[in-house]
Amino acid sequence: MSGASILEVRDLSVIYPGAGGTVSGPVGAVDRVSFDVHEGEFVGVVGESGCGKSTMLFAIARLLSPPASITGGSVTFRGDNLVTMADRQLNLLRWRNLSVVMQSAMNALNPVTSIGAQFKDALEAHGKFTAAQVRERSVEVMDLVGIDPVHLKSYPHQLSGGMRQRAMIAMALLFTPELVIMDEPTSALDVVAQRSLMLQIKELQRQLGFAVIFVTHDMSLVSHFSDQLLVMYGGQVVEVGPTRMVFDTPSHPYSRGLLDAFPSVRGPKVELTGIPGSPPDLAQPPEGCRFNPRCPVVEGDCHSVEPELYQVGTVRSRCLRHNPERAGTVEVSS
Amino acid sequence: MSAPTQPVPAQRTPAGEEPAPLLATRGLTKHFKVGGAFSGRNLHAVDGADIVINRKEIVALVGESGSGKSTIARLLARVYQPTSGEILYQGRPLSSMRGRRQVLEYRGDVPMVFQDPFSSLNPAYRVSHGIMRGLKLHRHELNRAQRFEEAVRVVEAVGLTPAADILDRYPYELSGGQRQRIGFAQALAYRPKLILADEPVSMLDVSIRIGLLNVMAKLRADEDVSFLYITHDIASARYVSDRLMVMYAGHVVESGPTEAVLADPKHPYTQLLLSAVPDPRAPLEVTAEAAKGEPPRVINPSPGCRFRWRCPLAIDECATTTPLLRPLAPAHVAACHVATADPDPTAGTDSVAGSDSGGEAAPE
Ligand SMILES: Nc1ncnc2c1ncn2[C@@H]1O[C@H](COP(=O)(O)OP(=O)(O)OP(=O)(O)O)[C@@H](O)[C@H]1O
Ligand SMILES: Nc1ncnc2c1ncn2[C@@H]1O[C@H](COP(=O)(O)OP(=O)(O)OP(=O)(O)O)[C@@H](O)[C@H]1O
Ligand code: SF4
Ligand SMILES: [Mg+2]
Ligand SMILES: [Mg+2]
Repeated sequence: MSGASILEVRDLSVIYPGAGGTVSGPVGAVDRVSFDVHEGEFVGVVGESGCGKSTMLFAIARLLSPPASITGGSVTFRGDNLVTMADRQLNLLRWRNLSVVMQSAMNALNPVTSIGAQFKDALEAHGKFTAAQVRERSVEVMDLVGIDPVHLKSYPHQLSGGMRQRAMIAMALLFTPELVIMDEPTSALDVVAQRSLMLQIKELQRQLGFAVIFVTHDMSLVSHFSDQLLVMYGGQVVEVGPTRMVFDTPSHPYSRGLLDAFPSVRGPKVELTGIPGSPPDLAQPPEGCRFNPRCPVVEGDCHSVEPELYQVGTVRSRCLRHNPERAGTVEVSS
Repeated sequence: MSAPTQPVPAQRTPAGEEPAPLLATRGLTKHFKVGGAFSGRNLHAVDGADIVINRKEIVALVGESGSGKSTIARLLARVYQPTSGEILYQGRPLSSMRGRRQVLEYRGDVPMVFQDPFSSLNPAYRVSHGIMRGLKLHRHELNRAQRFEEAVRVVEAVGLTPAADILDRYPYELSGGQRQRIGFAQALAYRPKLILADEPVSMLDVSIRIGLLNVMAKLRADEDVSFLYITHDIASARYVSDRLMVMYAGHVVESGPTEAVLADPKHPYTQLLLSAVPDPRAPLEVTAEAAKGEPPRVINPSPGCRFRWRCPLAIDECATTTPLLRPLAPAHVAACHVATADPDPTAGTDSVAGSDSGGEAAPE
């Protein structure tokens, strides 16, 4: 990407002190995550269910609720560290400069207020608008995401799953933020609506220059729309780099497994099995490489040495095969 | 996750005197008032749906966002009362069910997995509570220890480990995809006959998604469980389903054997939908006509095909007469005035959706 970086995440870590209270210990849901987002860039984030994607987004936007806490690292947005920023200052940024579309539209929307009233509240919290301006902008963003503006009068439960998601996206676009964070925002949309919405977002991005961080399980969205791709596993970034590189020649064994596993609508029907084994218990992650119990190319030291992110061409990969210091390392690239 | 098995191909009962299908609907309709009680504006969420789900059958329901898929599932689960029409379970109208016991029995036989796992799990209770409570209601034969064992079994079946730890958590201590699987595990616990699964894998990564689809295929093969599988992931519908039903703006517009519909979609909306299925390995294709997704008009709709504003094939009749489902290929029906039939469409047409319209406009 050519633009200057607007977001720099460095060694960000998040811990949930204890789930359920009794059985497990602290859950290290995000572990020393680092990456940059540039102006106008579209960053895709993929990874197993439960690997820490939402937690990471919440941490970036400082939306974690106690007892979850950021235990280390920094998030620099336009030069300011969000992690240490005062709430008052942060509230000024939210919606206006940085907006968030959460994974659950139902959770994020207020169930007892109409969509239109929620838009109005968001607008009025951040500027002076006449009733006519509020109305005009609300209709505009509803059109943008392909919902009939009649539904400004609807309550969240009166909308279908995909309509709610689109209402959330509309809300995130009320202002002209520099960064829009979206957590699986189109998972309830049919492919036709999804494609037209994604094209809209890309077009807006081109016109207005905002950057997007986009979590999804849909590999085609990543492949078609993202510039940079972040692959997470067990709370860590295991691979990051230009989307085409990561997608076409995944370096990390987990990325490869993930990108190999989807069924197709065309061609012969084949049985698929997914990646064998189960996700790591984040309360007790495996020693050494977190992927070692499931890795098809595991070796002796994978059980004891914790890999860092190593540079492999234009991408970085958290796999010991790419550790230049590994004894007798053979560079495996495909 | 339990061992994956080969998805079983469509299992058709031999033609002849068939017993009543597991579940069938006749003219199922649901309207909602919108814009205030006295506005006179009715939103037609579902209109005149004739659906059949057979024993041991996986029926995928796909279609436009907002076309009424969740509403159909909610009607079948008795969360909503139909505006008109009837639902028959093993031949018996649901409206004739009386008393708590019968209703409870139906709920246990036909559980629903809700689309939004963030609002369907009670945040005040640990995950174990909902599953154990359901087991107590629907599986009287189990004692407390057995109920716990069963809870562990279903949680592990959906790939959540360590199960005891997961059961001990509150819903807000789980990720989106983990919550979604709790909803599914709950439905499994009842030893159901038919699971109404409303986008049960939308929040799962491809690998875990495949695991869950394999669980569905295995349940169908081993325990004769049927599924109504609502999804936007057409590749997954192909992977697991026997029959594909397509909805647009409150109408079922096409239904047939999954491979047949995918290979030869008859309805122009199905054609649009399938052409928009992205291929992650190929570059994005954008055709001008498909780029603009216009929302369907279902508030006080006038007669005529609801797809006509977007349809490249529309003729005058489309604006005046609502097309009914008619057989166009073996066991394959579509509701379009223009769609053409194969030479002998009625061959093998048995219990597909729209049996009511079988005599309607069927070309010779
Ligand atoms: N409040 C909490 N207390 C304890 N553990 C939690 C809490 N919230 C989440 N977790 C755990 O932290 C991990 C990361 O959760 P997160 O929601 O970030 O995952 P995710 O990558 O977004 O997954 P998904 O794709 O399923 O949404 C999960 O294993 C989850 O069980
Ligand atoms: N309780 C309700 N009150 C009013 N309108 C409703 C209600 N429930 C659904 N609707 C409307 O009915 C239509 C169909 O909604 P439904 O949730 O069945 O769609 P869907 O096909 O499941 O869509 P999605 O794929 O987006 O989940 C929508 O226009 C929606 O706004
Ligand atoms: S470090 Fe070892 S276990 Fe981890 S991904 Fe690389 S080869 Fe596999
Ligand atoms: Mg998440
Ligand atoms: Mg729905």
